[in-house]
Amino acid sequence: MKPTARGRFRGSEAANGLAMISPTAIYALLLLAAPLAMIFAYSFMTDGYLQIIPRFQLCNYFGPCHSYKLVDGVMTEAQTYNGVWSDPLAKALMLRSLIISLVVTATTVLLAFPVAYFVSFHVSPSKKSLWLFLITIPFWTSYLIRVFLWKVILGTGGVINTGLMELGIIQEPISWLLYNANSVVITLAHAYAPFAILPIFVALEKIDRSLLEAGRDLGESPFMTFVRVTLPLAMPGVISSVLIVFIPTIGDYVTPLLVGGPEGRMVANLIELSYKKLDNYPLGSAIAISSMGIVVAVSLLFLFLNRRFLKGNKA
Amino acid sequence: MKGGWFRVYTLAYLVFLYAPIALLPIFAFNNATTVAFPLEGFTAKWFAKLWEEPELHRALRNSLIIACSSSVLATTLGIFASRASTRYRFPGKAGLMGMIMLPLVLPEIILAVALLAVMLGIGMPLSLFTVILGHVLVCTPFSIAILSAAFQSLDQSLEEAAYDLGETPISAFRLIILPLVMPGIISSLLITFTISLDEFIMAFFLAGNENTLPVYIFGQFRFPQNVPVILALGTILVCLSIALLATAEYFRRRGIAKTGGKDTGGFL
Repeated sequence: MKPTARGRFRGSEAANGLAMISPTAIYALLLLAAPLAMIFAYSFMTDGYLQIIPRFQLCNYFGPCHSYKLVDGVMTEAQTYNGVWSDPLAKALMLRSLIISLVVTATTVLLAFPVAYFVSFHVSPSKKSLWLFLITIPFWTSYLIRVFLWKVILGTGGVINTGLMELGIIQEPISWLLYNANSVVITLAHAYAPFAILPIFVALEKIDRSLLEAGRDLGESPFMTFVRVTLPLAMPGVISSVLIVFIPTIGDYVTPLLVGGPEGRMVANLIELSYKKLDNYPLGSAIAISSMGIVVAVSLLFLFLNRRFLKGNKA
Repeated sequence: MKGGWFRVYTLAYLVFLYAPIALLPIFAFNNATTVAFPLEGFTAKWFAKLWEEPELHRALRNSLIIACSSSVLATTLGIFASRASTRYRFPGKAGLMGMIMLPLVLPEIILAVALLAVMLGIGMPLSLFTVILGHVLVCTPFSIAILSAAFQSLDQSLEEAAYDLGETPISAFRLIILPLVMPGIISSLLITFTISLDEFIMAFFLAGNENTLPVYIFGQFRFPQNVPVILALGTILVCLSIALLATAEYFRRRGIAKTGGKDTGGFL
């Protein structure tokens, strides 16, 4: 008897695989893809105080916008606000978030590279996982309290200032350490350190050590061997750590709020304000979608500029 | 010494990584309400005060309920996904796995507001349950990262041998595969429990009127006089996290050794 197409599909590898992944995939579809699609849709709708009016409009992004309120059973205009790209505050916060997360990404990845290099090239194989474990531990411990402790380290009565004053290096406490963009950068660079180290480490581990010997045998100095052999081969790891640090940092909420002060606020604080305090979901969604758009655009540009390093890597 | 300057640099980097955690016990035992130097002498009173905060106990209870449920659910979903991705080839695999792993990089605030919007849309009241839904989403990618390593190093011929000896796919999974990946599963449970216990943003948006431990801690930061108590709590939490992580690391390594794989190190 000839098996039907349906019969061949059932019991095939593809069917088994799809069946196996379906619980997780359905969960992600319902609680990730659908909600993201929903806020995308919300960002084009009208705010009607405690409800969303499904009427298409672009003013959450551009131009003045009205929110409505139910008064005696009639929808009446309640407030006027500016769309994201027509609001100087929102634009400034998005720009600042972008700059802060670019600086954080650059600092974190540059500082992380030598650490990954050391663990991959100079630590004996049996000790590597111990070093990686030591590097990852701080990442898993109470995020809120770690951020708060940076306040204790950087504050005017904090560890750095009292230390420097005891040593007689400074007479007055340095006030520019805390409550500005600097402190946000330091705290975020600390929080995302393991995220930057691990992908670079994995890429370095994959490098065939005989290539380095070949480079040396052909008369390159150790430094030139690093630049011409090690670095290009490590680039896929560097690229993933750049993305894995850059994308989440732009939306960080706690750090700007606790150590950022008024001039260190970022776009996540504005999103929270629109959703929770102002209860304006369409505007909040438009801010969230706009900042995601920026993240995606910058990430794609970055990938495009580095496309030659990723060529051999397409699986 | 091998790696001379790199070693010095890496050690300095570790000091930077551990600086905040190292300060935690110092101020938790310091006999002063202000968190600053100079220190004022030793006290354990901040720890004693932890017993007198009913609001804290309620937050702790909520957090434990959430962390237990999320870790079990996330690990179950993680088993399905990592088994599917390491064992089978099927159409749309890269896309589906990409979607499932997305919460690893997506800013949490975006996830949180998107879930909040959906809950409002379908009229589901905010509760501990909605926090669990969010935490499962965040924890599953981590679970998959750990479990994929365990499933990857599995020798497929063991499973085939079981089929040849007359086992069904289900009994082969239970008798052969499950015991071999069990250390990975335990490791995943512990890690996802730790993540959920520490997760703030999702809980902040989705818990409604309930508190979780991080939401409670965040609220207390507004009252400077309560900060030493929070640091005492933090000290306990950090010790707990390190104990959980060390256990998880032990099981992760044992799992990889058991299935005969090579340790590539790290959770991610």
